Amino acid sequence: MASVIRHRTIVEDSWQPLEADPWLRVGESGLVPDFPVAGDLLVPLRLWQLRRDDLIARDGRLGLLIEGWDEPENFADALPRLQLVAIHVPQFADGRAYSLARILRQRHGYAGELRAFGDVLRDQLLYLSRCGFDSFALRDPGRAEESLAAFRELAAALRRPYAWQRAA
Amino acid sequence: MYTYDDVDQRLVEERVAQFRDQTRRYLAKDLSEDEFRPLRLQNGLYLQRYAPMLRVAIPYGLLSSRQLRTLAHIARTYDRGYGHFSTRQNLQFNWPRLEDVPEILAELAVVQMHAIQTSGNCIRNVTTDHFAGVARDEIVDSFVWCELIRQWSALNPEFAYLPRKFKIAVNGAAADRAATFAHDIGLHALKNGAGEVGFRVIAGGGMGRTPVIGHVIREFLPWRHLLTYLEAILRLYNRYGRRDNKYKARIKILVKELTPEAFREKVEAEWLQLADGPATLSEDDVRAIEARFERPPYQVLADATVAALGAFGTWMKRNVHPHKQPGYAAVSVSLKKTGVPPGDVTAAQMDAIAALADRYAFGELRVSHEQNLVFADVRQADLQDLWRELRALGLATPNIGLLTNIISCPGGDFCSLANAKSIPVAEAIQRRFDDLDYLHDIGELDLNLSGCMNSCGHHHVGHIGILGVDKHGEEWYQITIGGNQGLTRPGAPAALGQVIGPSFARDDVPGVIERLIEAYLARRESDDERFVDTVWRIGIEPFKEKVYGKRHQAQDHRRRQLAAA
Repeated sequence: MASVIRHRTIVEDSWQPLEADPWLRVGESGLVPDFPVAGDLLVPLRLWQLRRDDLIARDGRLGLLIEGWDEPENFADALPRLQLVAIHVPQFADGRAYSLARILRQRHGYAGELRAFGDVLRDQLLYLSRCGFDSFALRDPGRAEESLAAFRELAAALRRPYAWQRAA
Repeated sequence: MYTYDDVDQRLVEERVAQFRDQTRRYLAKDLSEDEFRPLRLQNGLYLQRYAPMLRVAIPYGLLSSRQLRTLAHIARTYDRGYGHFSTRQNLQFNWPRLEDVPEILAELAVVQMHAIQTSGNCIRNVTTDHFAGVARDEIVDSFVWCELIRQWSALNPEFAYLPRKFKIAVNGAAADRAATFAHDIGLHALKNGAGEVGFRVIAGGGMGRTPVIGHVIREFLPWRHLLTYLEAILRLYNRYGRRDNKYKARIKILVKELTPEAFREKVEAEWLQLADGPATLSEDDVRAIEARFERPPYQVLADATVAALGAFGTWMKRNVHPHKQPGYAAVSVSLKKTGVPPGDVTAAQMDAIAALADRYAFGELRVSHEQNLVFADVRQADLQDLWRELRALGLATPNIGLLTNIISCPGGDFCSLANAKSIPVAEAIQRRFDDLDYLHDIGELDLNLSGCMNSCGHHHVGHIGILGVDKHGEEWYQITIGGNQGLTRPGAPAALGQVIGPSFARDDVPGVIERLIEAYLARRESDDERFVDTVWRIGIEPFKEKVYGKRHQAQDHRRRQLAAA
């Protein structure tokens, strides 16, 4: 089990990511194996779209793997059932995850865990967190400890007096 | 002048600490070149052809004498004793050492300055009219709105990793002196029928290799919605702007690919979700920012009749501008003396200019996007004394608005992106037109020069534009005519120049400009008809003919060029 940063603390992660392809290939032919009944399952968007009812029927917690360019409308229906939304960052300088996070938090009212994974580095943690991410699977999990300092940078921004200033 | 509050001050200090740590980790090889790049760019630091270049932000071009003295000190201590004012109203140092940059930023922070977001794929320094607050045709004081945008955009976490750089310009007067149609977003203040202030929102303009005149996305946006509307546009761009090809990544390409109509619909739909949200401005918000701007304590004066004769008179005519306060005038300090790279100032000059600002202009000055400085508030009675002092410093060249007031990028002498040199070409043209009477007879003419397609010298919107191009390792220069930076006078909107034909070797450029001028002088209908007006009236053909001769001569020129290439 890999460690992640959650709420600015390093924790062991219990989520089990599922590869989409084997499940989908079987699923499309009509012969669908059972999911693991227990455990925290992190599934790709396509799997959710094809196996929605089966996934809901499970006991364990459910998370969704999405890309920064996915349209929130395509999975908004899932949000109330999710305990984790994990947004893939293909390259650290790709800013799409930031806007998507804000849309999920502000427009769709998603309040569960919002994780960035992929090319996630120390120097982007602060801005990612300000856009609504509260969980980070670093590209190099071994650097989690030293990365926590990032959250303490530019603290004055949060003390700006006016609402419009804090909105940025 | 805007004065930071405690939080503003704390923020720039914390930014210095953050960058100091990032630089330390880069030098310790904890951060790779690729990982460090956007971090240093968002603090103004380029790694250039010969040395790093540090671009210091001068928000909307407004600068205090104290800040200018610090810039002089930095130029002396960490650089080679000079700085370069850019077309983004910023100041660039061309020779700092990477190791020194955190210390330079710390010195800047002491005088409420920084280099935040002067480069990188983020919202850059917001620019405006250099006569903001003093222009007779003022609608609003654009500085206040620029400062609101500065605070909203600086360190905005959502828009730090855009597909490409993003430039916003604000114009607060009737005439557009901020080139709002040549920016990613241009905001033009206006009043509606009820006398309420709002902004015309223009998007998708820009220069570079695909120059585009911006599209009006909204005719009237009430001021309280300014930030939420910007947020809507930026969010759309961040999500849908192209990231596969950096040459197609600017917002102008997104607007074009969607069509301006579809883009507008998407912006409006996104904005409906954001309107009246937390970034909505109240009257108190605007007043609080306004209150942090110190305005000059003007004396009650009447407009003076200044006897303007000889050299002083010439300078008065070109470099002194009307002021909304009776008895005062705005003064342009020309940084376009022949033989000095456009926009360059020495540390000694900076100190001297700071002293003049204290004595004549309430300790304040502005940087214009034409790379000159402006004392905005000078008593008319002091003009002659100020002129004498400026002349002694070599800063009274009476060429504002004229052909030798060349906008130029640093070009191949400094910039690693350039295809060709700019500075020697600018100088050769200035030398060719060194006869002041002739220069003044030619009248208003914007000559803009860029060393490559990135168009930092704004050549597309010069009445005459010169672009350095690389042909098989040789430097050639393409010439355009008929461009215009914006609606600076009625009936003359922003326009892109048209290429007159095949490009020229460097030594030929001054002669070509001379022939263009001769063609103009022979055909203008009156002294009031400017070069660009004549181009628009008669088209570019007569100019082509003057430069290349008849059609067969043009073809012959092309053949010779191909043979040379």
